[in-house]
Amino acid sequence: MLRLQFIPYTEIASLTSENKISKVLRIAKNNRIILLEGKFSPEEEALLIERTMSSINRRFKGIEICSVGDYSKEDWVNKIKKSLAKMLLGVNASGMTIIGPASIVKEIKRDPDKIELLTKNMR
Amino acid sequence: MDKASKNTMGFFDYLKNILSIFQFKKTIRLGLYGPVNAGKSSLANRISLDWLGEEMSAVSKIPHETREIKVKEKVRINSNGKELDFNLIDTPGIATKIDFEDFLKYKMSKKEAKRRAKEATQGVIEAIKWLENVDCVLVVLDSTENPYDQVNVTIIGNLAARDIPVLIVANKVDLRRANVKRVESAFPQYKVIGVSALKGKNMEGFYKELFDIVR
Repeated sequence: MLRLQFIPYTEIASLTSENKISKVLRIAKNNRIILLEGKFSPEEEALLIERTMSSINRRFKGIEICSVGDYSKEDWVNKIKKSLAKMLLGVNASGMTIIGPASIVKEIKRDPDKIELLTKNMR
Repeated sequence: MDKASKNTMGFFDYLKNILSIFQFKKTIRLGLYGPVNAGKSSLANRISLDWLGEEMSAVSKIPHETREIKVKEKVRINSNGKELDFNLIDTPGIATKIDFEDFLKYKMSKKEAKRRAKEATQGVIEAIKWLENVDCVLVVLDSTENPYDQVNVTIIGNLAARDIPVLIVANKVDLRRANVKRVESAFPQYKVIGVSALKGKNMEGFYKELFDIVR
């Protein structure tokens, strides 16, 4: 059975980067797939990888992560709107991030608008 | 402006000129970043072999062969009559998961596989920390793989956030499944150059693009 946990961006907006990462990793270690509203900043993604690597042990093998909703295809008006929202709310609320424990999620493929989540026991 | 101010300005201009000469001559710290098994060490070896006549890193088909930062200092590269000095920084592949059991299929003992996995996790952390110590970066991607991997996006996003110049190297173009166009469409705002580090294919084009991004 797959267990999914949705995290709205309001739940992590006020947290520090360190606390956001801790929260997400705590859920992943409990074998749940996280659907996070919004995206981490590049620095937070790097921090997430660092903390994930530090946490790897016999039971926790790491994570699979995928973010969707890039700015690259948007016009500059939308980019400015979202940058302002990010500045005011302190979080990138656009898009979505999927994070799953590597013990359950084999691979998350993005190609580029479609997402395929392959689990370990899927036939 | 009085005479003393003019003298001070002249002195600062002179100092600025001297500094600019040193700046021109400075060694560029060139990081090679990318996911696991994309061919970072093969490219580092190719560059080192081309300009120093010797390789710098061990390569293998087993993932996480490079588990610590390797630096080759003072690699002088010429391209189109220009000359620049580089410190080549070969980094461990960035990954979000490492399972020691994946190494067992390469006929490794359990103890050796666990040691390799532990070293690999530390290597990833070290590679991320070294982002602070590079002037420009070659993001090496396997052109036969899906470029939309989150690791690639994270690396490039971090370099953009730090204003570090980036050249994307779509490696392994000698393989039939190579697709440089797909890499280009995944990262349209960056220059992408297709090479085969292993076979030395299109290295001249690569050096030309490298000089363009460090200019």
